[in-house]
Amino acid sequence: MIDDITSVTALWGAVIFSGLYHGINPGMGWPLAVSAALMERNHKAMPKALGMLALGHFLAMIGILLPFSMMVMLVDLEKEIRIGAGILVIAMGVYLLINRRHPKFLARVHPARLALWSFLAAMAHGAGLMLVPIYLGICAIAADDTGHLAAQSLMTDNITTAFVVAAVHTMSMTLAGGLIAVVIYFWLGLKFLSRTWFNLDVVWALSLVLVGGFGMFSAFTGH
Amino acid sequence: MNLRPDPTFHASPKLAMEAPIENYAFTVMLSPDGSQSDGIAVIDLKPGSDTYGQIVHQVIVPNKGDEFHHFGWNACSSSLSPMSGHAFLERRYLIVPGIRSSRIYVIDVKDPLKAHIHKTIEPEELFKKTGYSRPHTIHCGPEGIYVSCLGGGGADGTDGPPGIFIMDCETFEIIGQYEMDRGKQDKHYDFWWNLPQDYMVSSEWGLPPQFENGIVPEDLLSNKYGHSIHFWDLRARKNIQTMDFGENYQMALEIRPAHDPTKSYGFCGVVVDTTNLQGAIFTWWRGDDGVWQSKKTITIDPRPEDPANLPPLLQGFGAVPPLVTDIDLSLDDKYLYVACWGLGEMHQYDVSDPMNPVLAGKVELGGIAKGENHPNGKPFAYGPQMVEISRDGKRVYWTNSLYSTWDDQFYPDDEGGQMVMADVGENGGLTLNKDFYIDFPAGLRSHQIRLEGGDCSTDSFCYPSV
Repeated sequence: MIDDITSVTALWGAVIFSGLYHGINPGMGWPLAVSAALMERNHKAMPKALGMLALGHFLAMIGILLPFSMMVMLVDLEKEIRIGAGILVIAMGVYLLINRRHPKFLARVHPARLALWSFLAAMAHGAGLMLVPIYLGICAIAADDTGHLAAQSLMTDNITTAFVVAAVHTMSMTLAGGLIAVVIYFWLGLKFLSRTWFNLDVVWALSLVLVGGFGMFSAFTGH
Repeated sequence: MNLRPDPTFHASPKLAMEAPIENYAFTVMLSPDGSQSDGIAVIDLKPGSDTYGQIVHQVIVPNKGDEFHHFGWNACSSSLSPMSGHAFLERRYLIVPGIRSSRIYVIDVKDPLKAHIHKTIEPEELFKKTGYSRPHTIHCGPEGIYVSCLGGGGADGTDGPPGIFIMDCETFEIIGQYEMDRGKQDKHYDFWWNLPQDYMVSSEWGLPPQFENGIVPEDLLSNKYGHSIHFWDLRARKNIQTMDFGENYQMALEIRPAHDPTKSYGFCGVVVDTTNLQGAIFTWWRGDDGVWQSKKTITIDPRPEDPANLPPLLQGFGAVPPLVTDIDLSLDDKYLYVACWGLGEMHQYDVSDPMNPVLAGKVELGGIAKGENHPNGKPFAYGPQMVEISRDGKRVYWTNSLYSTWDDQFYPDDEGGQMVMADVGENGGLTLNKDFYIDFPAGLRSHQIRLEGGDCSTDSFCYPSV
């Protein structure tokens, strides 16, 4: 039981950490919030832009997590699903390692449609997939703790968890990105925009492999 | 691929102005009759260098008859928008098209003194993948590298309309045509855009038979060259408005949008008004209702001249037309430089109020029936033509050739390629620098100039100057 609590805390920590990690990456959009405020000459445009980016990101997360929450209903196949999900996440990471090209269709999104762009960017980079093993870990522990409830009730729990995971992740992402945007906009200036930019492509792809590996490992070991 | 953004990418025009100054210039060298190979001259601009103002390296291509004209970078400051997804490109390659051969060279200038050809795209590939020919203006943008072409398909480039194609910014593979709905656009020349506001503007010179073998006087006098500019929904790839300046405004060439992306205006230079031989600049802007408008804000008068002193082409007019063939806007959107290739003058206008430009400086050099020498006493063939401004706005460079066959019609007795530089005064004003004068190797003429690290007609900025 104590083990479970530790694991659950660690998993929620991972949800928050992955959010911060997505948030500080300029490629996930915070410079667009700075740009929006500067273009409209009004700092109020910044929370609006961050909100749109968050909405798109949240939808991308929930869009990936929900199908898995349905699958978790198949309690007997829990281990197989978790292993399969792990393989999928690793595969995405390997794909991003091999194919280092940026998807071209993202460049066709109108620059004012921040939510759509944020959604597509998160999807294209497998941001949602990064959450799947963590999410499945949380669901598995919850199922163990509550025993084998009726499938209906288990599914409801899992759907709620999916929304909470996506929301917590998106919130920490928005806080991290928003904080950098505010500091650059009000204090540091645009000069620091390019200085905060590091090429995380490889790190990102390796993170997917790592998280996928963790998902498989915990499926085998029970949690 | 870098681990950090290229240090020559700047979020705003203001940051680009504050950046270190240019160390090198890259200038096109072209053989007017195709008897020699064309090339890119690398010019030392490092202050205090022993070879300052000299050609320190040349990239000479293996083919002949390409006729180099305009060229541009593979990447620029536009990479700093997360939407481009290419923050880690290097500004390293010059994309150099042959306007006559339709061949495209990609030249690696990472080490300017060892610049070399990285890739060559043969004309057949361009024809096959795009249906276009005679590639011209290069800009790096959201979907890769955009290249405008002056010709369509077929031997004389009139089989189908000309247009823009997109090239991959990493592999330099040609992807295909840009346009999804070109509307009334049937000729092409220059284009540029405002990336955050998502609009593009394109202009018109004429179709290949109207320029390749020289200017066609009958076409000019019957107003058959381009006189419209087109406004596009950039990412939807759709022509949303065609603006006709009036058919007498022949050859609407260079498009210079304000660099600051909060502004929704820009300029376009018109070579000649056939009703009075004036040169003209139009200011275009987006009205509150979203409809694009324009107004002629600068006119430059022709100079009366004894027909005996004029080339045959102009004798009937008894005057020298200004021939506004290039314009360029400083990064602070303050000064517009206007090359009057016929008069032999470079004008500097204060365009702080874009609707009311004020002449702030002027330099006389070369010119039809005038041939004003450089202050160092040496000749300057033809007149001031392709102009490029340093990022900090303090130095203005220009060359002298317009286009091989047109040089020969307007200046039948001149020959040679020169590049000069003028210093800009604290409060405007323009003075030729006595010590900066480059005479290109015999038999070669010069055209567009690019500055190391970007200049005033390459970079597109995604954040405002504040």
